[in-house]
Amino acid sequence: MSEPGRQRDAAPIAARSVDGMTTSFRVRERRKRAAWIAFLIVPPMAVMLVFVVWPLLLALSSAFYRWEGMAQGEFIGLRNFRDVLFGEHFAALTWRAFRHNLFVFVALFVVQNTAGFLLAWLIYREPYGYRFHRVAIFMPVILSTVLVGFLWKLFLDPNFGIVNQLLEMTGLGALRQPWLGQETTALPALVLANAWHWVGFPALVYLAGMQRIPREILEAAKLDGCNGWQMLTRVVWPLVTPSTTITLTLLFIGAFNWFELPYIMAGIDGSPYGSTDVLGLYFYRTAFGNQTAGIQDFGHGNALAVLMFLFIAAFATVITQYLRKREIAL
Amino acid sequence: MSDQNRRPSRLRRMLSRVALGVFAATLLAQVPARAEDITVWSWRQEDKAAYARFIAAFRKTHPEINVKFEAFEAANYNTVLSTALAGGTGPDIVQARSYGTLGVGKPDYLVPLDKTMVPELANFPDSALAAETMRADGKLYAVPLASQTMLVIYNKELFEKAGVTPPATWDELMTVSKTLKDKGITPFGNGTATSWQNETIVGALLASQIGKPFEQDVLAGKADFTDARFVGALTKLNEIKDYFAPNFSGVDYAASQQLFAAGRAAMFAGGSFEIANFLRQNPKLKLGLFASPVAKAGDQRLVALYYDGGYAINAASKNKDAALKFLRFLGTPEFGTAFSNDLQNISPIKGVSFENPLLKEVAALNGSAMSYIMLVNFRYQEPTGSVLLQAGVQKMLAGKATPAEVGADITKGIATYYAPFRK
Repeated sequence: MSEPGRQRDAAPIAARSVDGMTTSFRVRERRKRAAWIAFLIVPPMAVMLVFVVWPLLLALSSAFYRWEGMAQGEFIGLRNFRDVLFGEHFAALTWRAFRHNLFVFVALFVVQNTAGFLLAWLIYREPYGYRFHRVAIFMPVILSTVLVGFLWKLFLDPNFGIVNQLLEMTGLGALRQPWLGQETTALPALVLANAWHWVGFPALVYLAGMQRIPREILEAAKLDGCNGWQMLTRVVWPLVTPSTTITLTLLFIGAFNWFELPYIMAGIDGSPYGSTDVLGLYFYRTAFGNQTAGIQDFGHGNALAVLMFLFIAAFATVITQYLRKREIAL
Repeated sequence: MSDQNRRPSRLRRMLSRVALGVFAATLLAQVPARAEDITVWSWRQEDKAAYARFIAAFRKTHPEINVKFEAFEAANYNTVLSTALAGGTGPDIVQARSYGTLGVGKPDYLVPLDKTMVPELANFPDSALAAETMRADGKLYAVPLASQTMLVIYNKELFEKAGVTPPATWDELMTVSKTLKDKGITPFGNGTATSWQNETIVGALLASQIGKPFEQDVLAGKADFTDARFVGALTKLNEIKDYFAPNFSGVDYAASQQLFAAGRAAMFAGGSFEIANFLRQNPKLKLGLFASPVAKAGDQRLVALYYDGGYAINAASKNKDAALKFLRFLGTPEFGTAFSNDLQNISPIKGVSFENPLLKEVAALNGSAMSYIMLVNFRYQEPTGSVLLQAGVQKMLAGKATPAEVGADITKGIATYYAPFRK
């Protein structure tokens, strides 16, 4: 009853056009538009489906089966999940790796994000040569992780590495360490190498955040007698909260997906004796097998991957929601 | 006007050409390959040129068979292969790993072999055939390819310079090491930062002290890794570690190889596969070899040995007869000799003649060998013996665990799937 009326409203111009445009032209136009939209949406959707959604579903489904290496066996329900979370041998490794990821996340937040924030502040104040430093700080970010990993492995070599040699030259020879060979220093060393590699990213995000702060606010704060430190902690830091939301969320995802750097610098088993073992390494080693020690176990590996995915997705959502709310409150 | 008419027709013509092409390609793919064409898959990309020569030699007697050798990146090989086999495809001949599931998952993917099919299997020692037997059904599936030996490689010139000779007993090894160190030469290039190196160190230095009877007792369920023979041997490792590379806990595999190859360390406890490696890095090196020293004179001196890969027939192959002919060729002393001398590896085939005196020496040492215990016997379920031993020894050498604790941890880990340890 109301159909014709609505239709007329929906496409008023073509229908009532004065220069004799016909309905078929209108339909053709609309089809063209639909085709154009489909052209834009379908390829990325297809890529997502084939390379993201499908493998995810595949991993999820295969986690419910027993596997002999890469050969699928019978359906065993949640057994793989139970094994990796509570099983005799797996659970200890799972939780140890989880603790290491947590440490990496906190340590990177403290080191990488704080350094990024401070560097951004320095550059924001445009000291002499700031353009050069802006590029220099971001430079390592564009290097490949493989390169950075090998570079830092060389730097940290206990006998020929530049780190120990610098300590020796500066009279701090007593601090020389086999950095990557000790339980106490291996993971922190990896964290520092990672911070060196990525510090440019939070710096850039914070810098962009700072540049969005209206000058008047900073000038008003200055007039009110804020010193440099107060300005930084009371004015700038709260105003760049949206940047923190971005860096923190990405850091969280990065820290719990951490794989390349520990793989290159500490090896697939998280040397020495598992002190750098993180979930990424543990999953990879379980699913695909450690060529020099282990076997392939696709079922448990997939269960780990699915758990990692669920954990990261859930927490990243929570973090984002929480921080967004705080942004608004500010 | 005419232009407008022509455009769709040109498009149509192009499309029909494409369709024809696709059709032809599909047809070509459907045509069965000639029965005499076989494919071999391997993880040894670096051996491609050598295999071209082996295949040429094979074709002298079998000109009707074309063999195509395809190599994949070693780290991905198992994944690529098992995916293909699970999908019912893959090559006619598969380079299989040794022990456990031979790297293919389950027996159905391969054709079981016996001496009537492959008479050349008689050319192999039993331990080599055992290595290509699938744990799940105890059947033989592959013709063994190579063996690797854990031993000590030493730099003859540095030994001469320090005035020492290869040791036979553990005490002599300690003395030799001390003399070298006193003369400013790093005794061992070894470091422990790369975890699998810890297992090779145990095999190369301790085999004679762990001994064959211990291995037999473990397999018979009469002993576990808390046994005095095993723990006692580990204790010895704690004595020698001061003669490893400086700061050995932070020295990784590449750095330790470098130390030895550059002539900055006198010994390297490792695999026979290092020999070719060292000589490639430094052709001027004069190398010597010795088996792990014994606890006291008169004990049996041993190297630790494992078999490294083999060739099997894909159960889904359409050219099994041709594949079998090639497999039989891979079991002949002629192939073993060509393989050993071309690739500087040890073929386990009886009657192989080695050109390289070092390889000849390794083959002689192999006459008195125990198995590389964890890889051979306990690498079929997690936590594998190798995983446990590597981490345990790494921890022990860092001073964070005692030999007894390492032995207990290994036993406890293996006990999760090995019934005799669950007592």
